[in-house]
Amino acid sequence: MTESLKVNVWRGTDVGAFASYDVPRSASQTVLDVVTHIQRRIDPTLAYRFACRVGMCGSCAMSVNGIARWTCRTHVASVARDGALEIAPLANLPVIKDLVTDMREFFDKWAKAKGQFKGTKTRHDDFARIAPASPERVAADAGIECIGCGVCYASCDVVGWRPAFLGPAALNRAWTLVNDPRDVAQGERLRAVAGDAGCHACHTQGSCGERCPKRIEPTAGIAGLKRLAARAAVRGAL
Amino acid sequence: MSAIRTQALLWYGQRLSAMVLSLCVLAHLAGIIYAVRGGLTAAEILGRTKGNWAFGAFYAVFVVACAIHAPIGVANIVAEATGERGSWSVAIASLLALAILAMGLRAVYAVVAP
Repeated sequence: MTESLKVNVWRGTDVGAFASYDVPRSASQTVLDVVTHIQRRIDPTLAYRFACRVGMCGSCAMSVNGIARWTCRTHVASVARDGALEIAPLANLPVIKDLVTDMREFFDKWAKAKGQFKGTKTRHDDFARIAPASPERVAADAGIECIGCGVCYASCDVVGWRPAFLGPAALNRAWTLVNDPRDVAQGERLRAVAGDAGCHACHTQGSCGERCPKRIEPTAGIAGLKRLAARAAVRGAL
Repeated sequence: MSAIRTQALLWYGQRLSAMVLSLCVLAHLAGIIYAVRGGLTAAEILGRTKGNWAFGAFYAVFVVACAIHAPIGVANIVAEATGERGSWSVAIASLLALAILAMGLRAVYAVVAP
């Protein structure tokens, strides 16, 4: 392990430049530890975002050596090249300041993809009975652990060249709800996620699944949405 | 018909034609290997294909599947490259479909018609 780490950090907004810092190495050091060290010990004007520090909240995603990662669970030892790191804000999102991106569009797209659960039961009704081994429950389980970190969105080339594309996270969310038998907005949701801005724009390149820190495969859900959209279109229900 | 329904149907058409194409390509390759392995001449091959309408039907299906599959993909590429799905992508895809159909079916007719 080298004594110190040379860290280039993006400073500015969409216009800016990388600034260089020397950060002491320590055992089990994470990339978030590095950014925190810079902000607390070297330059308090550095802006970055984090909350839980244990991989649950999805706040601290950044681009590390060109690859989007959750920084709180990324060890420096696994990503540093020749004792150096380059840390930048997530791609495909506007930069507010330094490492902080504006996530509004990312989450607005969840809403556009009808990512809200819509049921009919009230607290006075009995619990819904969902068999844990049913195909729908298994399909929803595969995508439900999303923490909304934006790593997939920043890694998606289609988002880069087609700004209206809803993106892997929003479509994955829609897929989990499509597989929820309690939900009553299925037709509306399928119409929202089909077409050029939705599942049909996906090229199944798989960067989202490759980079997802929770090992979710959004492309599998997107393929499922394409199949359901095709069936609905044949029936005239789309 | 709504734009999203059209697109969902086009995706389905491309997927189904891909399934047909995968079988056609395998049969086509098997036919080539069989013909070449036995050292058949062009005249001997034509001697077997002339009047063989089952052979013609197989390759007609192959051509139709190509005429469905390729233009849908090209339309998507044009739409992505130009930033919008519109008359250009439809025009180019339609021309390509017609060209594949015309040239492909003509070739099939040429080797099957007695």
